[in-house]
Amino acid sequence: MRELELSRRAFLSTSGVFMIGHATPDAWAQAAKTSPKSPNNPDLLADSLDAYLAIDKTGKVDVFYGAIDGGQGLETSIAQMVAEELDVPLSSIRMIMGDTRRTLNMGGASGAQGVSRRGTSLMKAAALARQMLVEEAARKFGAKPTDLDVKDGVIYLRANPARRIAYTKIVRGRPFQAKVRWNGQWGNPHDIATDAPLKSYKDYRVIGQSPRRADLTSKVFGEQKFPGDVRLPGMLHARMVRPPVAGAVPTSVDETSIRHIPGAKTVHIKNFLAVVAPKEWDAVRALRAVKVEWSQSNPAFPTHREIHAHIRKAMVTQRTIEKENGKVEEGLVKAARVISGEYEYPTHSHASMGPGCAVVDVRANGATIYTSTQKPHYAADGVADLLNIPRESVHVVWMFGTGSYGRNDQGDATADAAVLSKALGAPVRVQWMREESLGWDPKGTASVNFCKAGIDEKGEVIAYELISRGFSRENVATNEGRASGTLAGQLLGAKLEPKNTFNIPFASYTFANNRVGWETISPLMDRASPLRSTHLRDPYGPPILFGSECFMDEIAVAVDMDPVDFRLRYLTHPRDKDAVRIAAEKAGWRKRASPRKDIDSASDVVEGRGIAYRRHFDTFIALVAEVRVNRRSGVVEPTRLVCAHDVGLIINPETLRHVIERQLIYGTSRTTVEELAWDRNMVTSIDWNSYPVLHMRHAPPRIDIHLIERPEAAPSGAAEMALGLVPAAMGNAVFDATGVRLRKIPFTPDYVKTMLNT
Amino acid sequence: MSQKMTFNVNGHRHTILIDDPDMPLLYALRDDLGLDNPRFGCGLGQCGACTVHIDGVPTRSCSLPVSAVGKGRITTLHGLGDRKKPHPLQTAWIEEQVNQCGYCINGWLMEGAALLARNPKPTEEEARAAFGDLICRCGTHNAAVRAVLRASKQA
Repeated sequence: MRELELSRRAFLSTSGVFMIGHATPDAWAQAAKTSPKSPNNPDLLADSLDAYLAIDKTGKVDVFYGAIDGGQGLETSIAQMVAEELDVPLSSIRMIMGDTRRTLNMGGASGAQGVSRRGTSLMKAAALARQMLVEEAARKFGAKPTDLDVKDGVIYLRANPARRIAYTKIVRGRPFQAKVRWNGQWGNPHDIATDAPLKSYKDYRVIGQSPRRADLTSKVFGEQKFPGDVRLPGMLHARMVRPPVAGAVPTSVDETSIRHIPGAKTVHIKNFLAVVAPKEWDAVRALRAVKVEWSQSNPAFPTHREIHAHIRKAMVTQRTIEKENGKVEEGLVKAARVISGEYEYPTHSHASMGPGCAVVDVRANGATIYTSTQKPHYAADGVADLLNIPRESVHVVWMFGTGSYGRNDQGDATADAAVLSKALGAPVRVQWMREESLGWDPKGTASVNFCKAGIDEKGEVIAYELISRGFSRENVATNEGRASGTLAGQLLGAKLEPKNTFNIPFASYTFANNRVGWETISPLMDRASPLRSTHLRDPYGPPILFGSECFMDEIAVAVDMDPVDFRLRYLTHPRDKDAVRIAAEKAGWRKRASPRKDIDSASDVVEGRGIAYRRHFDTFIALVAEVRVNRRSGVVEPTRLVCAHDVGLIINPETLRHVIERQLIYGTSRTTVEELAWDRNMVTSIDWNSYPVLHMRHAPPRIDIHLIERPEAAPSGAAEMALGLVPAAMGNAVFDATGVRLRKIPFTPDYVKTMLNT
Repeated sequence: MSQKMTFNVNGHRHTILIDDPDMPLLYALRDDLGLDNPRFGCGLGQCGACTVHIDGVPTRSCSLPVSAVGKGRITTLHGLGDRKKPHPLQTAWIEEQVNQCGYCINGWLMEGAALLARNPKPTEEEARAAFGDLICRCGTHNAAVRAVLRASKQA
């Protein structure tokens, strides 16, 4: 029953967003017809329990987790989930992560679904394994399975605990050879079902504890190897040569310009150009020395300062209304007052700490890839497509590495290394440079939110409209699974496969006449663009919630209501309401309308508070930001963030707190300092000065996190949900302090000063 | 014309052939000596991922030419302490579970250790100041400060 509930909840919670809807009998029937062979290793069958876990002769449990841990503790949290259902010690779990030979494609770090989807799938596999083992023990004991219990991998008769048998004695290193019901999907939607019941949360012993992360100790002692640390015999070091102007291609390369560097040479295939050398520093020297003639290119980009004006006037290529009820226009006509607000969000780079880096060894019989991409199975698919070799001949060895925060440059560096290794017949290590990582990673691109509300005489909202307009969020795919989606593929002439997609975060506000939708415009450059768009962490959160949740405060101001009370008036779901109430209560929120009226007009430094709320999948969050604004300098500092967070069942409370705290700091960076700059020709953010990111002096010094306990609810995700609230909560707090509404991210001192002075 | 240079790293002497005296120390450590702790983050001395100690002073190895190292004693993260004999800050770092991806870890641990060496009981403000010039994209800033304060209490 529990299992049915869990799986149904998981399906329901995501089906509205990703249109998976595989819970119907038809979908399962259809799924049964799909080949369960993993395209990356045909010996692995998605409908076999053995593809999910194995118990060896010593009792170690290998868990085959076909996604990754980007440093947010999934390795340990998912191990806890499996240990719980299997009733084995946590220390006996070995997580096999992202290896394309040993795991199925379960997507990757994506949508914060590591626990909610991958973890729950693997729990179901563990429950089935436990059930099979208990049934076998029952046969041996001549007892009923319900008479048995399990502790630490040992099955015993409850009435006579001396009658016992270890899992290892039953398994003896053999596979389970049992079927699971697979939903026929690879990647993020992958899931399974079994008939084995799951435990009640009341019986949990491992879930709900906070064991330390397995990876952290080896990182602290400098033992953890990353892809850049892989050294293979005969390996060459490569640097990609990128054009000074976007769209320019190499027309001639002067090989003599690098002749003085030992072993250095160029690799020039169509528009793809790199330098390689046996020693890494020599590759860097070759990059600096190589003389290249580039074709004329005139991208004539509207600059980052002009991009929002461009978005406003550009032709809309697709308009999609995601949610509509009532008659918005009629509501607006009837309204006593109509208010509107526009909000601009900039372009952000993934700006990973480590620029893209991968080692690839292409041989006659296949390729081995060492990468920290967040979607290793897609990296294998993409390299197979790029090199035109069978998918099963490509083996991705996933390794811990730099945080990706979405589809960063790791996948592109992997594709570069694959092309070079094939061309040179040697293993190749590609390391992108800092300038390249900011300039050429796929981007989270700019958008404008148009918000409108009609209010009647009684102060009731009788019409609401939110339209977000910007570039498709998938000009290149959210993974590198096709050559067309990689920079290398685009330089080598792959047929482009852009998608026209956008999305609006769910909100449960109930307005009588309501319309929420999006509009996309054409990309600024079609092929090999430094501004090509893709998913950046919480792709639809910060850009759109900045508009929608600031505008909620604008309406509250218009009706002279406290922003918390105003939200509670239009929220219906108890978990939404609880998150808002608890955040306010924990922040010591005092009821009043914004802006505050007690500010000393002579004071340079003023303080205010703001709130923002969201629901993402089944995660319910509210964030209160307290800010200090220096009206003379324009500096906005968050002095305290208070987050109420309801994720359903909590697997590892300490890890959850860490994940929330760190993403709120990351969200502060996106809100206060980050903005990609470019001119007519090319990205001009080339380092950590021209692409500023948060330093310690601007980090919120105090972050209070309140975890709402709902052990009866299925676990949802946590890895990116809270960060999307930072822009709006801070923007609302600045308004509270100053009476001035900020309409553009980032809140740089110059921008804030300009707004305060107008 | 290559020349021999000798480096003292983590208490061991290593002699390597250097072609270019302008080569940053980072490449000698990683490529010639196979010491992977310092990492390439920017190559511009802006982020700290490549930090080592030279005679106890945190130094960005991506921007220091090998010819400028001289007789300086180099310590990498691994030389700071290991599982058998951890530096107190490494212990505190694990207790506070500071990092996520850990790509930036060399800068933060090496700066933090240097702070504790010159000021064993720093205030929170002093800890924040010591980390002022480092980058971490995962947002571990406050956790790093907590780790320094924890280590200082245990000292």
